[in-house]
Amino acid sequence: MSTTATQKRSIGAVLWDYMTTIDHKKIAHLYLIGGGFFFILGGLEAVVIRIQLIKPDNDFISAGLYNQMITMHGTTMIFLAAMPIILALMNAVLPLQIGARDVAFPFLNSLGFWLFMFGGILLNCSWFLGGAPDGGWTSYASFALTSPGHGIDFYVMGLQIAGAGTLMGGINFLVTVINMRAPGMTYMRMPLFTWASFITSVLILFAFPALTVALFLLMFDRMFGSAFFDVTMGGNSVIWQHLFWIFGHPEVYILILPVFGLFSDLFSTFSKKRLFGYTAMVFATMLIAFLGFMVWAHHMFTVGLGPVANSIFAIGTMAIAVPTGIKIFNWLLTMWGGNIKITAAMLWALGFIPSFTIGGMTGVMLGSAVADYQYHDTYFVVAHFHYVIVGGTVFGVFAGLHYWWPKMFGRILHEGLGKWTFWLFFIGFHLTFFIQHFLGLMGMPRRYWVFLEGQELDLGNWISTMGAFLMSVGVIMFLINVIITIKSPKAPADPWDGRTLEWAISSPPKFYNFKQLPLIRGLDPLWIEKTEGNGKIPPAEPLDDVHMPNNTFLPFLMSLGFFVAGFGFIYQTDHKLMLLPLYIGMAFALGCMAVRSFKDDLGYYIKKEDLEREAD
Amino acid sequence: MSHEDTLNPEVMPNEPEKATLEGKNKFIGLWFFLGGETVLFASLFGTYLALKNSTNNGPDTQELYGLGLVFLMTMILLTSSLTSVYAMYHMKNNDYKKMQLWLAITAVLGLGFLACELYEFAHYITEYGFTFRSSAFGSAFYTLVGFHGGHVIFGLCWLISLMIRNAKRGLNLYNAPKFNSFSLYWHFIDVVWVFIFTVVYLMGKVG
Repeated sequence: MSTTATQKRSIGAVLWDYMTTIDHKKIAHLYLIGGGFFFILGGLEAVVIRIQLIKPDNDFISAGLYNQMITMHGTTMIFLAAMPIILALMNAVLPLQIGARDVAFPFLNSLGFWLFMFGGILLNCSWFLGGAPDGGWTSYASFALTSPGHGIDFYVMGLQIAGAGTLMGGINFLVTVINMRAPGMTYMRMPLFTWASFITSVLILFAFPALTVALFLLMFDRMFGSAFFDVTMGGNSVIWQHLFWIFGHPEVYILILPVFGLFSDLFSTFSKKRLFGYTAMVFATMLIAFLGFMVWAHHMFTVGLGPVANSIFAIGTMAIAVPTGIKIFNWLLTMWGGNIKITAAMLWALGFIPSFTIGGMTGVMLGSAVADYQYHDTYFVVAHFHYVIVGGTVFGVFAGLHYWWPKMFGRILHEGLGKWTFWLFFIGFHLTFFIQHFLGLMGMPRRYWVFLEGQELDLGNWISTMGAFLMSVGVIMFLINVIITIKSPKAPADPWDGRTLEWAISSPPKFYNFKQLPLIRGLDPLWIEKTEGNGKIPPAEPLDDVHMPNNTFLPFLMSLGFFVAGFGFIYQTDHKLMLLPLYIGMAFALGCMAVRSFKDDLGYYIKKEDLEREAD
Repeated sequence: MSHEDTLNPEVMPNEPEKATLEGKNKFIGLWFFLGGETVLFASLFGTYLALKNSTNNGPDTQELYGLGLVFLMTMILLTSSLTSVYAMYHMKNNDYKKMQLWLAITAVLGLGFLACELYEFAHYITEYGFTFRSSAFGSAFYTLVGFHGGHVIFGLCWLISLMIRNAKRGLNLYNAPKFNSFSLYWHFIDVVWVFIFTVVYLMGKVG
């Protein structure tokens, strides 16, 4: 098995391998390809939006299509681009950082990916089938109920399927961290990326079911004639807003916490210093996660919940600035007096601090309920959330990809091109969004198709569009970098003089990760062995047979079943005949579950003798 | 090393469901899953509470609910939780036959509960014209109670396929975690019903 892995294989064999894989490192590749594809798609949608707004009274696209563009840009970027790419990084390095051979539920992990992929494809099928969803990424029930056609139905079914996949990913990482840490890897010795991913998984677990319910209610209203949001039948459309934001606010922390962890690892590695205030960082992360569940109504200040509710949620919101401030200062103090090496990955990290801090400050401004009545639904809000999500999450994703690319693919991304990518994207980003704060304060509302001449909004919008082009050039630069890196020489195990466990094994790692489970002697285990030992992590067990799970095609098939059923649900309102794909798809998916239950899947052992023959 | 030896030890450990890493993973994973399910039901309860007075000129909770049937259903489901505890007790004593027997009783009680629920729904629809589509209250009621009923159906399918699959082979370290996971899930369904009994029916009658 392991000896044949290095031989050249046909494309069909590689494809089959990826479609049946349950190896977390290959699932990471799949998440990156899937998430990357949707990131480009969402980026193109953003460029179309900015071209429409390049001049007053523009008619580049129609008003209806514009609504579809903004809806799909937001939905795609949040659910189908940012989260999957973060899950790609978690899959790639989290098990390595805790010294595990595998994740706790390899089957669920694979199922989670395929559900996300099929959900994303289902959602995007809407473009070709009468129009995409057009209710905004928040899809407020009042619009969503009256939206004609099937766009919103695709939103509901696509996100329901993709969301179920994410939930499985969350449970998988929680159990992996709790049960599968190597000997000596106590909780307080885990790298910050692992800690942040662990806490993020808690957020996923408790936030996503609220979205599940919201989507079910909308689905029932649109497809089965219930009356949750229909005011004429006694329904209440504010329920959607509550459920959506009970999910939606933790969601933004799901996007940002893993990259907080990732930056902590990066600052420490590239400053050659132990992370400043490790314990404070861990508890600040927990505090942010906890408070993140308590502030959803700050998205609803203008709904009319009353002054008491607004005040409580405003105070809660501003309180989050405290743990976030702890983190910013700890990063700065990690670099203080350090031996700083500015690589492409480190550039992204350095660019992140001021960018994210600006986003955080506008967040506190928005958190003030009285002032929010002015900012609400203007470009000020658009500028704020792009500063935190692009300036935080996207910068983090780029930093993580430059940092871990050798560990994921065995090749180092070209450093010069990486720095070009950074500068183009960084300047483009600030050009695009900084000016939008002022456009918003001048009264430009978000989600509007056109703006009028003579309101002093022309120049700002033009600058913003130019910035968007510059960001696009940056992304193209990154893609070129990825392509030319295929030809570059093989990366060493530890190209950055790393501190954490993933750098102790080859790049890319063997499919069983660790021949012998490592013995962890403290925080930054590899650094300890470099400074106090012989530079190698000592084994915690004698060499023995290694148990591994079998590959399986079932997750793909199961997700395909739900995908087909999704079409059935959407179109059964038009024609009873469409109940057929609904039943067939559901029966097929449930049949796959039954097969999974009835067929014992015991995995296999890699023999000790085979392991002995493998190089370290 | 082979699977036969590791999964069928000569002396069954005290807690066979947590003796292997896979078993430990399943145990904790299922607890987390139930944590997520709690949020799911909390959201449904919240929706129900917000909409329970939106009757759209249809019957309200006072007219609709009858506590007799609901009390019976509560007793049946609570008892089924108890019988699943007996089953787990026998699993830990490695008494496979008795475990299967108590699981079978659990399944019968679950079916009894479902039959009562179907009767209740049919009664509301035919006698009162109270349906999923008649008012926001109707939508919220059938969704909350129906989600619970759906969980019961799923649990029964799970239990019956587990019993059939393992009918001819004894307890081992591969299937023990599966039985235990089912039992945890079944307790959870029971707890949710206790809340439905209180929040929906009792508060609907008295509140």
